[in-house]
Amino acid sequence: MDVSASGTRIADYLREHQDKVIGRWTELVVAGGRGRTTADEVRRELADLFSLIVRVLSRADDHAAGELRAALDELSRSRARDGFSPSETALGVFTLKEAVYELVADATDLMPEFLVLSQLVDGLGLRTFEAYSAAREEIIADQSTAMLELSTPVVRLWEGIIAVPLVGTLDSARAQLVMEKLLETVVATGADHAVIDITGVPTVDTEVAQHLLKTVSAARLLGAECTISGIRPQVAQTIVSLGIEFGDIATKATLADALGLALRQAGLKVVPSNPLHSPPSARD
Amino acid sequence: METVPILKIGLTLFVSIQIDLQDESVIQLQEDLANELAVTGARGVLIDITGVEIVDSFIGRMLSTIGSISRLFDAETVIVGMRPAVAITLTELGLSLSGVRTALNAEKGLKILNGKSRPDG
Repeated sequence: MDVSASGTRIADYLREHQDKVIGRWTELVVAGGRGRTTADEVRRELADLFSLIVRVLSRADDHAAGELRAALDELSRSRARDGFSPSETALGVFTLKEAVYELVADATDLMPEFLVLSQLVDGLGLRTFEAYSAAREEIIADQSTAMLELSTPVVRLWEGIIAVPLVGTLDSARAQLVMEKLLETVVATGADHAVIDITGVPTVDTEVAQHLLKTVSAARLLGAECTISGIRPQVAQTIVSLGIEFGDIATKATLADALGLALRQAGLKVVPSNPLHSPPSARD
Repeated sequence: METVPILKIGLTLFVSIQIDLQDESVIQLQEDLANELAVTGARGVLIDITGVEIVDSFIGRMLSTIGSISRLFDAETVIVGMRPAVAITLTELGLSLSGVRTALNAEKGLKILNGKSRPDG
């Protein structure tokens, strides 16, 4: 089979029956679109693709293939944004074969030509699928970064006392981000005391403990003392059984306890404004 | 070779590191500090490293050495102005800077040296 000759022949055939093919192709794609696209939009898109496909088949110029690839990638991206599944997008491309087949069904001498078209369209459909995958990967990566940023706030508890409430697993990437944000906040606020609350950290293992210890060491170099709060009973048992030592770093059960400790270290005392009312029981 | 100036205010010696420290400058600084401590009887040394962008084990050793020298003269050393990136690097390198205290800025550093810092609870 002489591919280039067949390619040219099918290209000529397509050009001849351009309106019919594009019209039928549009019908099929709109039918599969389930009302999410208008016939005019689709027809415009498909007409562009059609002319690029014809140029590629007839090998008229060198740029056609590159332009076709770019057009498909753009189609893939916009369909993905509009919520179409990759199969739907790929099927939209594949239906060109159906549209052409309806016309050439009786012309058996055009079989080799149809095959060339079919192979090309198969490749194009697959390409839209790959482009879709790549776009989704990019979105996931962006969302991961955004989530990472969102999940490490540093809040001010009191004059010179800041807190970092950690929620979720503490892996190396997050630990690094937490450490950097904590240190930046210490510098920005001149805080003397930082409370790292790990109530929301589901598991505390040796790796997590190491991250915490490193963060505390770095904060100390900036003159800020750290307390770790949110030690749950289960976590306490795990830490002891793993043999993790927190050394001289103070650890407390709750953020409230840690705040109490920080206030004491700052030389502050919380007293009832009305001495006649007995204060709520304050532990240690 | 550039020398690092040492300023004396009251019983405290101030050193602000503004240059890239080479071996010679470091040795000179240590010598100069020892001399000043001996002559003035200063009780505190405040070293400002705000201008130091990169701290490696070489600088880390220098700071520890200065701490040791000061202690021999019964003086306390406080390092101030450490940048977050530097703190992270020192922690990663496992340099604990033993023998010296650290504070966020010169004001807090002075409070420590003048004994007005709050005791640890």
